[in-house]
Amino acid sequence: MELTYGVINLENKGIIYRVSGPVIAATNIDAKMNELVRVGNEGLFGEVIEIDHDKTIIQVYEDTSLLKPGDEVTTTGMPLSIDLGPGLLGSIYDGVQRPLPKLFEQMGEYIKRGAEAPGIDRKKKWEFFPLKKKGNKINFGEIVGYVNENEHTKHFIMSPPNIQGEIIDIVGQGEYTVEDILCKLDNGAVIKMYQRWPVKVPRPFKDKMIPNAPLVTGKRIIDVFFPLAKGGTAAIPGPFGSGKTVTQQQLAKWSDTKVVVYIGCGERGNEMIDVLTEFPKLVDPVTGGPLMDRTVLIANTSNMPVAAREASIYTGITIAEYYRDMGYDVALMADSTSRWAEAMREISSRLEEMPGEEGYPAYLSSRLSSFYERAGIVVTLGGKIGSVTVIGAVSPPGGDFSEPVVQNTLRITKTFWALDSNLSQKRHFPSINWLDSYSLYYDSLKEWFESKISIDWDRTRAEAMRILQKEAELQEIVQLVGADALPPDQQFLLDVARMLREIFLQQDSYHEVDEFQSLKRQFSLLNAIIRFSRLGNNAIENGVEIDKLLKLESRTEISKVRYRKDFESKIGLINETMSKEFKALLGEQ
Amino acid sequence: MKEYKTITSVKGPLIFLERAKNVGYGEYVKITLSDGSSKRGQVLETSENKVVVQIFEGTRNIDKNTYVKFYGDVLKFSVSYDMLGRVFSGSGNPLDGGPKVIPEARLDINGLPINPYKRAPPHEFIQTGVSAIDGMNSLIRGQKLPIFSGSGLPHNELALQIARQATVLDCTESFAVIFVAMGITEEEAKYFISDFEKTGALEKGIVFLNLASDPSIERIIVPRIALTTAEFFAFNYGMHVLVIMTDMTNYCEALREIGSAREEVPGRRGYPGYMYTDLASIYERAGRIDGKSGSVTQVPILTMPGDDITHPIPDLSGYITEGQIIVSRDLQRKGIYPPIDVLPSLSRLMGKGIGKDRTREDHKSVSDQLYAAYAEGKDLRGIVSIVGKESLSKSDKLFLDFADDFEKKFIAQKSNENRRIQTTLDIGWEILSKLPEEKLLRISDELIGKYIRRFKDAPNKAY
Repeated sequence: MELTYGVINLENKGIIYRVSGPVIAATNIDAKMNELVRVGNEGLFGEVIEIDHDKTIIQVYEDTSLLKPGDEVTTTGMPLSIDLGPGLLGSIYDGVQRPLPKLFEQMGEYIKRGAEAPGIDRKKKWEFFPLKKKGNKINFGEIVGYVNENEHTKHFIMSPPNIQGEIIDIVGQGEYTVEDILCKLDNGAVIKMYQRWPVKVPRPFKDKMIPNAPLVTGKRIIDVFFPLAKGGTAAIPGPFGSGKTVTQQQLAKWSDTKVVVYIGCGERGNEMIDVLTEFPKLVDPVTGGPLMDRTVLIANTSNMPVAAREASIYTGITIAEYYRDMGYDVALMADSTSRWAEAMREISSRLEEMPGEEGYPAYLSSRLSSFYERAGIVVTLGGKIGSVTVIGAVSPPGGDFSEPVVQNTLRITKTFWALDSNLSQKRHFPSINWLDSYSLYYDSLKEWFESKISIDWDRTRAEAMRILQKEAELQEIVQLVGADALPPDQQFLLDVARMLREIFLQQDSYHEVDEFQSLKRQFSLLNAIIRFSRLGNNAIENGVEIDKLLKLESRTEISKVRYRKDFESKIGLINETMSKEFKALLGEQ
Repeated sequence: MKEYKTITSVKGPLIFLERAKNVGYGEYVKITLSDGSSKRGQVLETSENKVVVQIFEGTRNIDKNTYVKFYGDVLKFSVSYDMLGRVFSGSGNPLDGGPKVIPEARLDINGLPINPYKRAPPHEFIQTGVSAIDGMNSLIRGQKLPIFSGSGLPHNELALQIARQATVLDCTESFAVIFVAMGITEEEAKYFISDFEKTGALEKGIVFLNLASDPSIERIIVPRIALTTAEFFAFNYGMHVLVIMTDMTNYCEALREIGSAREEVPGRRGYPGYMYTDLASIYERAGRIDGKSGSVTQVPILTMPGDDITHPIPDLSGYITEGQIIVSRDLQRKGIYPPIDVLPSLSRLMGKGIGKDRTREDHKSVSDQLYAAYAEGKDLRGIVSIVGKESLSKSDKLFLDFADDFEKKFIAQKSNENRRIQTTLDIGWEILSKLPEEKLLRISDELIGKYIRRFKDAPNKAY
């Protein structure tokens, strides 16, 4: 394997001493911690994870069947690194960045081991547009030019974060492969279209900023009640069948970011193919191009090697950071971080390490936090502003949120979307529980919503939340005495809460209009419901019977408006009807 | 091939050898006992001074003088088209008195992961004739949809009904049923086989039997040889193979037995920490491959210990499979067959296989509405038990009645009743038509207009 980063070690050979599943021990080898090694006659990739006296423990990224004591192990002198350059977008990789279509060409429908395939095509030519001239000084991570990766994305070519100097030669506009030298510096360093980066090392930046703009997802319950900031972190825990994957895929479809990295970590193959067949047909809500053009998929399904599952999370976040460094907003979905934690647990138990809680290794917490800490909105080395937003699904055993992966995740992430299987059983989707979820970003985003959408944003939202919380309290009473025993204003509140749940919180992911709603529409819809609530309360105070309120035309109309393409004009009409109807009701009194 | 006589210890299902050189991980092992009989095994761990082998037939009669032969290859299984209609033991030997199978191919029983990029998205609706499944949690070709049940519940009957009735609408391609028994009683096994024979399903079926009295470690390989066979029929002969595996709980027990014999650090409830990965290597073998006509569909059955869905076995399964069908003791007590509790049941691939041109345009709306209304009705049952029916509003009473109707008319059917999907949906409309139309929020006005009138006009149509 060729090196463009790191210090070269002399090649060093040892032999296998022991094989146990994905973990092997080697002797007579002088390897560094986290160094990449090649194992056996087929040269399978592995990573050094422990050095114990004369034994070096290695996790192997591929199936280890028929490896035996005495087989050769060779060091490579570098940590597990991936290719970063044009051609990442639209790709689908396994956990160690081998393109799955290339693996198919080499080995057919099944994944066999020992294949070697570079992450980006070395022969493809890209048209390079230089932005610097001879004599320019180049800093770490500075942009020297760009290629059009696809119709909508300029892929900036940057100097690697460890290379700077004065340009003594730069090529002109023209077609080059990623291997061609674009730029020569006075200190002998060169810049190519691609660079390699060790996945476990966060890419450096100048400064981290406080997140200040929301990641718009088009999902009402998220955007209005529990918004996530660009550069923020969110956790979606839920038992199986509560809609984690659907929610993640919906976010991947609708988030207003430039690039989406979707990691299928230890999940179902049939779900990955779903993404693969669907995304090319869908339209990117930001650019209007095919959705696949902004997406990088990493698919390490549950039956693929467990060590590569562990690596897939790092591969994904490194790609996300790379696009961030160009000044783009990137969203990363990891489905599911529990499988990643389990991969750690499996490797750890093969190492016979002392287990922590539930058999997870003691370093679970630090690994999780260092992963989420790679999110953020930053000033890049090149002086641009870019962000990585991380959304991690968690699959707690038995839906028990007190287990270690959920708990350690909640300590780091600032947005918590609690999926609730009671809701999903009622086919209430997205099945995010509005009482348990929270977003710590809301306060810093409030201003944004008030200035960009409506000055009434916070007030309306607070009113809606109050109604929902009151409903939960009243439900307990209803359980005991029945709804008819409540006074009219409380009965009316229950009805409004029901409207909020059924019309606003629930959203149909399979309906072409309802699946994505702009912030403006979200607000108008919520506002109409809250207006109905205020007018209704007023009417009840003035002695109007509750049955009359429930039969109003405007109430029925609100429930259907979210499916309409002519939403804006319709909601205006509804508000007019509402005014007229209530006026008439009060007139009757 | 290498042979050693260096066994140092025999523990549970495992043997330990020393000074065995050049033994590969996962290698196939055959040992010959002094009485001439032989056993097979697989290497679990290998190092220069210790080799650990699991013996599928159990370690009875093995002593330190036993010869252990290493084949230098992984465990392979011989498959052939002639296996159709036959009954085999858990290690693949004929049990029906017929001749040995002449192999067409020898395949690695562990299979290989399908490249996710070359999977074909499953989308063909399988009509099982069971309303609770077809209408609410449709089974799709290439899906893995387990039945979560409890001891004493009629999951076997349900599995047989599915095996008997499963068809794909407007499709004449050939299909096969592979039945895998892991640790079930001889009586249960006879029940399955006699039903297969009676209905003629065995002609297009293959049975692998590991009974309760057979060695438990054999349960580790039965599902693997069965799925290897299934893949062979699906992707070499283009057949649609339905694999029914019962009982996955026994499989997991065997896994735990090995883990404890190896003195591994246990995960939850003593099951090994790698159980998720291990189960995935079985369940993920369901699917379709782009460019090939066959498919492997799995219906694993597992009994939840203590009816506890959070137990590691159903829990890990649920995270891997594409949904689950839950058999409920409550419904069973009410005398409803099949006692499928649709609320916690789920089919993740349902959306891909239903709707216009596949089943019927109203399928998704009807199913969503039935779900929402049944959930509401069940909630009300809780309230009624405290405050009594009188304090409910008129519309709440309708929902309460709906829940009863749903269980008695929609869910309940005879074990030999094969309902067409149209019938299933019509029953759905019939019971929904008793609810006020403005409460049917999940169905568009257009569909309500098209379908519900029929039942408003003829309310007592019988099925």
